[in-house]
Amino acid sequence: MRKKSLTLLSDGYLFRKENTIYFENARGKKPLAIEGIYDIYIYGKVSISSQALHYLAQKGIAVHFFNHYGYYDGSFYPRESLHSGYLVVNQVEHYLDKNKRLELAKLFVIGGIKNMEWNLLKFKNKTKFKNYIEELNNCNKITEVMNVEGRVRAEYYNLWDETLPDGFKIIKRTRKPPKNEMNALISFLNSRLYPAIITELYNTQLTPTVSYLHEPHERRFSLALDLSEIFKPMIADRLANRLVKQGIIQKKHFREELNGVLLNEDGMKLVLEHLNREMDKTVQHPKLKKNVSKRRLIRLEAYKLVKHLVGQKKYEPLVAWF
Amino acid sequence: MGEEYLEKELLIKGIEINYLYVCKTKLWYFVRGITMEQESDFVDLGKFLHEKSYFGEEKEIQIGSIKIDFIKKSDIIEVHEVKRGKQMEKAHIMQALYYIYYLNNLGIKAKAILHYPKLKEIKEIELKESDKEEINRAIREIEHIKSLKEPPEPIYQKICKNCAYYELCFI
Ligand code: SF4
Repeated sequence: MRKKSLTLLSDGYLFRKENTIYFENARGKKPLAIEGIYDIYIYGKVSISSQALHYLAQKGIAVHFFNHYGYYDGSFYPRESLHSGYLVVNQVEHYLDKNKRLELAKLFVIGGIKNMEWNLLKFKNKTKFKNYIEELNNCNKITEVMNVEGRVRAEYYNLWDETLPDGFKIIKRTRKPPKNEMNALISFLNSRLYPAIITELYNTQLTPTVSYLHEPHERRFSLALDLSEIFKPMIADRLANRLVKQGIIQKKHFREELNGVLLNEDGMKLVLEHLNREMDKTVQHPKLKKNVSKRRLIRLEAYKLVKHLVGQKKYEPLVAWF
Repeated sequence: MGEEYLEKELLIKGIEINYLYVCKTKLWYFVRGITMEQESDFVDLGKFLHEKSYFGEEKEIQIGSIKIDFIKKSDIIEVHEVKRGKQMEKAHIMQALYYIYYLNNLGIKAKAILHYPKLKEIKEIELKESDKEEINRAIREIEHIKSLKEPPEPIYQKICKNCAYYELCFI
């Protein structure tokens, strides 16, 4: 059975009775086939019994929580079951060694940049960020790398904006709170992508708290932030683009609140449906010669990092070919 | 053959002998704690043997995939293992030989029996002098692989397709 991410949008109660997890809401009680669950995303007001959590932990299923506005709050990350002291040591060593850290930080940014370029090409803009990549290669500090990354992203948003329909322009990237629809949509998707990366890291021996581009104290799972450089353009931006250009997401799917704009309930539902489908979509992998889901691509990226850290193969960030 | 000896030998697990004959890349990753599957069906035979209370009793014990029959009268232990196919026969045999070798070193006579229910075959295994040499070589090689700074390059073979490490190796 192919495991799937479970999204709970409605309010309810998650509990365990014998070896079954049930979700009970206004519409009734539904058993959940635990063997088919990969991870859980909770957007509704959901109470969880500790027995249910024990069971989920036992099965290694992470649960991610989102607040009222659809933004990521935190995760129930089961006690780690996969350990490799050796890998932890190597991860930390690559953080402490300035050159090794810089190399990885740059690679994450380069991956992000190339995926942004590829997106632009798909949006019919042929701009290349070659100058930025050159500039990046000359950076000697993480702050400089971050700076380049910020400037590329600003230019990318501008160029992308030219292709977006009226009413869905980014104009200026605003986050907390997003000032318009497109910003709200992008933030919402990024907020869902981040814990998806956490789930993948959980399934490897990588320590999610040791990162290279981002500072390990920036957020608890900062390595997921590093990887999100690559997957934000590849997954979130492309989906956002499609949703508004195809008119799937419209003005009516947003609400104004707290001096900002947010997706409303119907909007969230639609976006999550499309995102879940997107994550399960498969592409033929040229190296592995088999079909892999977009979600799996995140895991593969983690494996590439493992190989880099143990000295088997230099990390080469994934650039979409599809 | 005191406790000290036992502790040392415990450093090599049966599964490591098995992996040595299956794939060295897999072995390297495995000994560094980079595992891809739960290896719960393998017995920590060493730990088990510490429980001296088991000895001298007529008992049949199943731990994971290995069933050990203690036969009191003849003072011989039979290690039974059920295997799916013969694709990795050499690895199975070496793992079984290692268990016998291990038990012998504790002063316990033993033999192993591999079961291939799908092929309706069984194979009896006894430890010969020449096997001991091979096991010693295998142990030394495992120690060598453990000491390598970098994992051996994966080399594609038929079994890779069904190996849990496939993605890690070939991405
Ligand atoms: S995929 Fe092949 S090379 Fe890699 S560990 Fe498995 S058997 Fe070895």
